[in-house]
Amino acid sequence: MPTYTLTVNGQEHAVEAEPDMPLLWVLRDILGLTGTKFGCGSAFCGACEVHVDGAVQRSCVAPVSGVSGSVVTTIEGLSEDGTHPLQLAWNEVNVPQCGYCQSGQIMRAAGWMKDTPNPTAADVDANQSSNLCRCGTYQRIKEAILLAAEKGA
Amino acid sequence: MYGLELAGVIEPRTNLPGQLTVLNVSRRRFLKTTALGAGSVFVLGVFSGCSQDNLADWPDRAEPIGSLEEAGFKPNVFVGINEAGDVFLVCSRSEMGQGIRSSVPAIIADEMGADWDRCHILQATGHPRFGNQNTDGSRSIRNHFDDWRKAGATAREMLLAAAAQTWSVTPGDCSMAVHEVRHADGRTLGFGELAATAATMAVPASPAFRPRNEWRYIGTEIQGRDNKAFVTGSATYGVDVQVEGMLYAAIKRSPVLGGRVASVDDSAARAVSGVRDIVRLNEHTFPPAFQALGGVAVIADNTWAAFKGRDALQVTWEASDHDGWSTGAQRAAMDESVRAPGTTVREAGDTDAATVGATQVVEATYHIAMLPHAPMEPPNATAWVKADGTCEVWAPTQAPQTARGSVAGALGVDPEAVTVHVTFLGGGFGRKSKPDYCVEAALLSQAAGAPVKVTWSREDDLRHDYYHPPSAQYMRAGLGADGAPVSWLHRSSFPPIGSTFSNGVTGPGARDLLSGVSNMPYVISNVRFEACRAIAHQRIGWLRSVYNIHHGFSVNAFVAELAHAAGRDAKDYLLELIGPDREMTDLFPRPPVLDTARLKGVIRRAADEAGWGRELPTGHGMGIAGHFSFSSYVAHAVHASVENGQVRVHRVDCAVDCGTAVNLDRIRSQMEGATVFGLTIALKDGIEATDGAVTTGNFDTYRLLTMAETPETHVHIMDSDLPSGGVGEPGVPPLAPALAGAILQATGQPVRSLPIRLT
Repeated sequence: MPTYTLTVNGQEHAVEAEPDMPLLWVLRDILGLTGTKFGCGSAFCGACEVHVDGAVQRSCVAPVSGVSGSVVTTIEGLSEDGTHPLQLAWNEVNVPQCGYCQSGQIMRAAGWMKDTPNPTAADVDANQSSNLCRCGTYQRIKEAILLAAEKGA
Repeated sequence: MYGLELAGVIEPRTNLPGQLTVLNVSRRRFLKTTALGAGSVFVLGVFSGCSQDNLADWPDRAEPIGSLEEAGFKPNVFVGINEAGDVFLVCSRSEMGQGIRSSVPAIIADEMGADWDRCHILQATGHPRFGNQNTDGSRSIRNHFDDWRKAGATAREMLLAAAAQTWSVTPGDCSMAVHEVRHADGRTLGFGELAATAATMAVPASPAFRPRNEWRYIGTEIQGRDNKAFVTGSATYGVDVQVEGMLYAAIKRSPVLGGRVASVDDSAARAVSGVRDIVRLNEHTFPPAFQALGGVAVIADNTWAAFKGRDALQVTWEASDHDGWSTGAQRAAMDESVRAPGTTVREAGDTDAATVGATQVVEATYHIAMLPHAPMEPPNATAWVKADGTCEVWAPTQAPQTARGSVAGALGVDPEAVTVHVTFLGGGFGRKSKPDYCVEAALLSQAAGAPVKVTWSREDDLRHDYYHPPSAQYMRAGLGADGAPVSWLHRSSFPPIGSTFSNGVTGPGARDLLSGVSNMPYVISNVRFEACRAIAHQRIGWLRSVYNIHHGFSVNAFVAELAHAAGRDAKDYLLELIGPDREMTDLFPRPPVLDTARLKGVIRRAADEAGWGRELPTGHGMGIAGHFSFSSYVAHAVHASVENGQVRVHRVDCAVDCGTAVNLDRIRSQMEGATVFGLTIALKDGIEATDGAVTTGNFDTYRLLTMAETPETHVHIMDSDLPSGGVGEPGVPPLAPALAGAILQATGQPVRSLPIRLT
């Protein structure tokens, strides 16, 4: 089995895995980083989103062979102590219901907000609508993103 | 019956609020083995459903758990205090987004005088000693509010007594401050200092509840206790469970219900790197209930290898009775069914004669597609059947006791040998009340001789659900010269939940029509309600708000059509139809009883907040609907427009009367979520099946509402000090018919099918 090198949340790992194993399962089943969620396995829902070399990536369809040597950030590494402005805003607005999709939602927002730090509500709709939430927390996700932007995410 | 009780369609006869007994169990030996007992010096158990007489000889005995069970003791709340003053609460309900882990400590802390931040929650494992743990039917607060208050109030009075004894003063000189007892002269004793003494105090027989004006948390915006865990990825859901030496499994199940394996070629699956073994699981028998469906399982070193191996299996299936089923044919069969009279479940007056004499007759047939639960976390469970015959299960389950019993039954062991650990649930909506997936994990662990986690793919989830039944409903009303209905006929056809638990069920029964059909609240002299034949071709189960989904839709949408036909304002017409203020004890023989004043109250409130009656642009409309379910009243006013056949929802105003409000924030979030849930039902394709098999596979074919499609939603909570009602489910039913009313007003075209497809 080939070995791949990944830097995940600042820590370097040598991972033995089949080339086609998606990054999602490398993170969850091999590295034990379960904050990144399995929702659909086909890039439809966004629950598995992480940052690969700074870009938002759906980890459920990213074969490990294609991300070897990359720098990966997961929800566990977004901030040291849960104080990223988006995490704080999420708490302030009481966004989560079941919470399952929220790590993907937050990682997505943290990604696109690098280029759009002062979004309008329409920007949020345009950039965040690819991420599904069955509990229906969309209104609060939007509110939290706008709040975080206001406070300088 | 069993399924209906679980579903909240009918109320279970046990565990209703009422007879409660609180016992000081500080020195019970069994507690020493629990996380609560290990550190706490003061512990109370609250027992419901058994009398003091039954407990008379118990307090002086220290018995192991088994004996307690045999004696019928079911403490469903524990409150403990350790010497540091930390309060520990056992939460016997599952957390799936409704915020129960925030609401329970709020209630107990308020009665107790505790600081909410110093209350720690311990999640109960599945066990009868916790009372009914089935977290469905929107029952947690409405059935347990008083249990939790009583636990807190008892602790408060014992802490006060302990302080009085310590100071050698009368209890009247002591008052409860926050997390400490205060003497009139200013002295204080903290909970930790008092705990050991409190444990020796007599348990008050009927501790007084604190008045509302002393509540610090109940009725406020309570911050989510687990927010930080959610936003940092540290919350452990079922699918996140890791057990030393654990293997991973995926299962190929019959695409058609009842299909049995004819042949398996597993050579390609075995060749997949990481695949350890292939295990045959016996197919279920009928009725399926909570059995594992059966099929062929792949056991592997990781989830990916299990999925890959499963996909590489070549399995052929024997013929099934359901091979010919398609969702289209089922709809046609139900249409046929409601064209003819069904079984009358209630009748008053002479509907047919009154219709003949009517000025105008309106008829409509309503449909809703078959619906999945689709929680974002698909079904999964981890089980470990150990060499000593015991089994541990870790699962996102709404029904830990049902899981325990089902696993024990499948393994052929005593339920006491099975421990079910309840994780966070990544959504439930009723799916995770059905523990078939826990049974799968247990059977596979038994076969593998190791801990096994079984994970359902999204396709597994959407193709093997316990679906909300598809339905057809025929409505007919005769209108008098004044436009008011003189007759009302409602025929309802859908495969009921009972078909999952009993063979030979050929359609809904009288009980199945209680959620808004035969007990609808309109004043009409001549009415008839008929249950019509429908055969299940899949496992049917309860989905958030259950039969209220289709009944709330048809009844409310039809009233909007009648108002339209009569040339009347939809809101005024609806309110007039509901008629005078009254408690409908005739049609609701036991609580909860529909109170028409409260129903009209939410309808008026939603209308007022939405600006009902204001002029709208061309192509826009506003609709309104109200529905009573799970002891609560919800009305939606929906503002929508139609352009080029596309529906756009601009704003939703939701008024909810759920009696005493415990957690304003979670009530609002449940209503916001119900709006999205309801709009997904109204606008997105349901489940499709052909040749006996579900073809819908993933979120590309079962689409959820997205953020961009989500309207501005305003939730208005009615102030009330009546007993609390449910919150999780009652927000769903009125949304779709209110939208239908808006489209009717905007276009003049009635909406009779969900999902809505305008031509």
